[in-house]
Amino acid sequence: MDYIWQGLRDSLRIIGSLEPEFLGTVAISLKVSFISTALATVLGVPFGMWIAEKRSPGARAIITILNTLMSLPTVVVGLMVYSFLSRRGPLGEWGLLYTQTAMVIGQFILAFPIVAGLSVSAVAGLDKRIRTTAVSLGADTTQSFRMYLREARYGVMAAVVAGFGRVFAEVGVSMMLGGNIRGYTRNITTAMALETSKGEFAFGIALGVVLLTVALAVNILFGLFRERSR
Amino acid sequence: MRNYLKLIFLCALLSLPIRGWAGEILRLATTTSTYETGLLDRILPPFEQAHDCEVHVISVGTGKAMQIARNGDVDVILVHAREAEDAFVEAGYGVNRRDVMYNDFLLLGPVGDPAGVGGLNDAKLALKRIMAKGKLFVSRGDDSGTHQKERRLWKKAKREPTGAWYLEAGQGMSATLRMADEKNGYVMVDRATYLLNRDKIRLKPVVEGDPDLFNPYGIIPVSPYRYAHVKYELAMALVAWMTSPECQRLIAAYDWKGTPLFHPSAAGGNN
Repeated sequence: MDYIWQGLRDSLRIIGSLEPEFLGTVAISLKVSFISTALATVLGVPFGMWIAEKRSPGARAIITILNTLMSLPTVVVGLMVYSFLSRRGPLGEWGLLYTQTAMVIGQFILAFPIVAGLSVSAVAGLDKRIRTTAVSLGADTTQSFRMYLREARYGVMAAVVAGFGRVFAEVGVSMMLGGNIRGYTRNITTAMALETSKGEFAFGIALGVVLLTVALAVNILFGLFRERSR
Repeated sequence: MRNYLKLIFLCALLSLPIRGWAGEILRLATTTSTYETGLLDRILPPFEQAHDCEVHVISVGTGKAMQIARNGDVDVILVHAREAEDAFVEAGYGVNRRDVMYNDFLLLGPVGDPAGVGGLNDAKLALKRIMAKGKLFVSRGDDSGTHQKERRLWKKAKREPTGAWYLEAGQGMSATLRMADEKNGYVMVDRATYLLNRDKIRLKPVVEGDPDLFNPYGIIPVSPYRYAHVKYELAMALVAWMTSPECQRLIAAYDWKGTPLFHPSAAGGNN
């Protein structure tokens, strides 16, 4: 038990003293996950809202696929993207493997189905008359889209927050595509994996505390948005 | 719609590396046994300063490092599996391999030495005995340099390790060492990793000093003839630095509580 307490004490010291290495690792996690979630939001929300409006069997099939992809294993995404980005792969000449961009791509693929899928449910609950009313009052596509977005905003925000929670806590994609390069692609989760393998718990626990805090914040936000969207 | 495009563009811009502007990036794939010692943190910064570049270190097993290099995804590798290195160069993937340093492997075992191999100076005999008695052995199982060395020893002992007593961890050196320690098994480890972890584990050295346990490290740039995009000149500059008297002195001086972790070997005479 002793060494766990020791680890906890040391971790508090690390958090308290704001070591550059600790802050840098947290910053990389935040940066990569923010960008991938932002991309997933920009593309996923309109896609989700658009597909939710369609009544064709094809659209329903796509929604089913989106829901399935919500639980896409991170290592599968990692492997797929790896094989594309490797110099031997089709996109090899871009030289993106082991960069933050590669991590963003992988995390985007993880976040997109969540953001899009939950956006579908966010607008599915809306009153259909909103759109007909808007259109009958002369709204064009962009205007009625905005109208919809405003009505569904809490559900959509919940979708975005859920997407962020997913990518912020994942380790497989970051490890495989980022390569755990110190000060560049080493984020909270890959650093924790490394520190644990070295038997250095303090640094890992300190990062774990951050991870848990963010997860808690994410869940509180998610709960709030969910509540409001009802 | 235009706002959306702007946002996408902004995101793409943000995802460019912040510090990548300053200089070139050299990608080095190396083994977990080197990386975890912290040696590179000592010897790479002077190189980075002198060449206004950043060395991105990817820490994996030797086998994986060579595979990444074969795919052209790194510029240079620092590894320890002499036969595989020669095959790598032979096949045209690497050029200008140079010796950098060496240390040795040792066999650790649980207190009480249940297989009774303590004091042997013949590693393959020790492995045979562990197998015969069916005592737990934890292998890296990841095609790393350490794993390749272990496989060669089994081959020399004319044994094929299989069974419930033989665990393949599939992880880095420290993680495997930790697993062996938790499970009270025998394990083969490089001296640097052993020294760094000595105070954190209960396992004790049982076999060392066998010439078969020699562990040389070499640096190999990826061939520019195979991949035109590799940073060959910068990689060669790193080779020049690693084998320079100055860097070799840094390697010799890098110790853990007074015991050196690696011995420089660029001057030759050790192979």
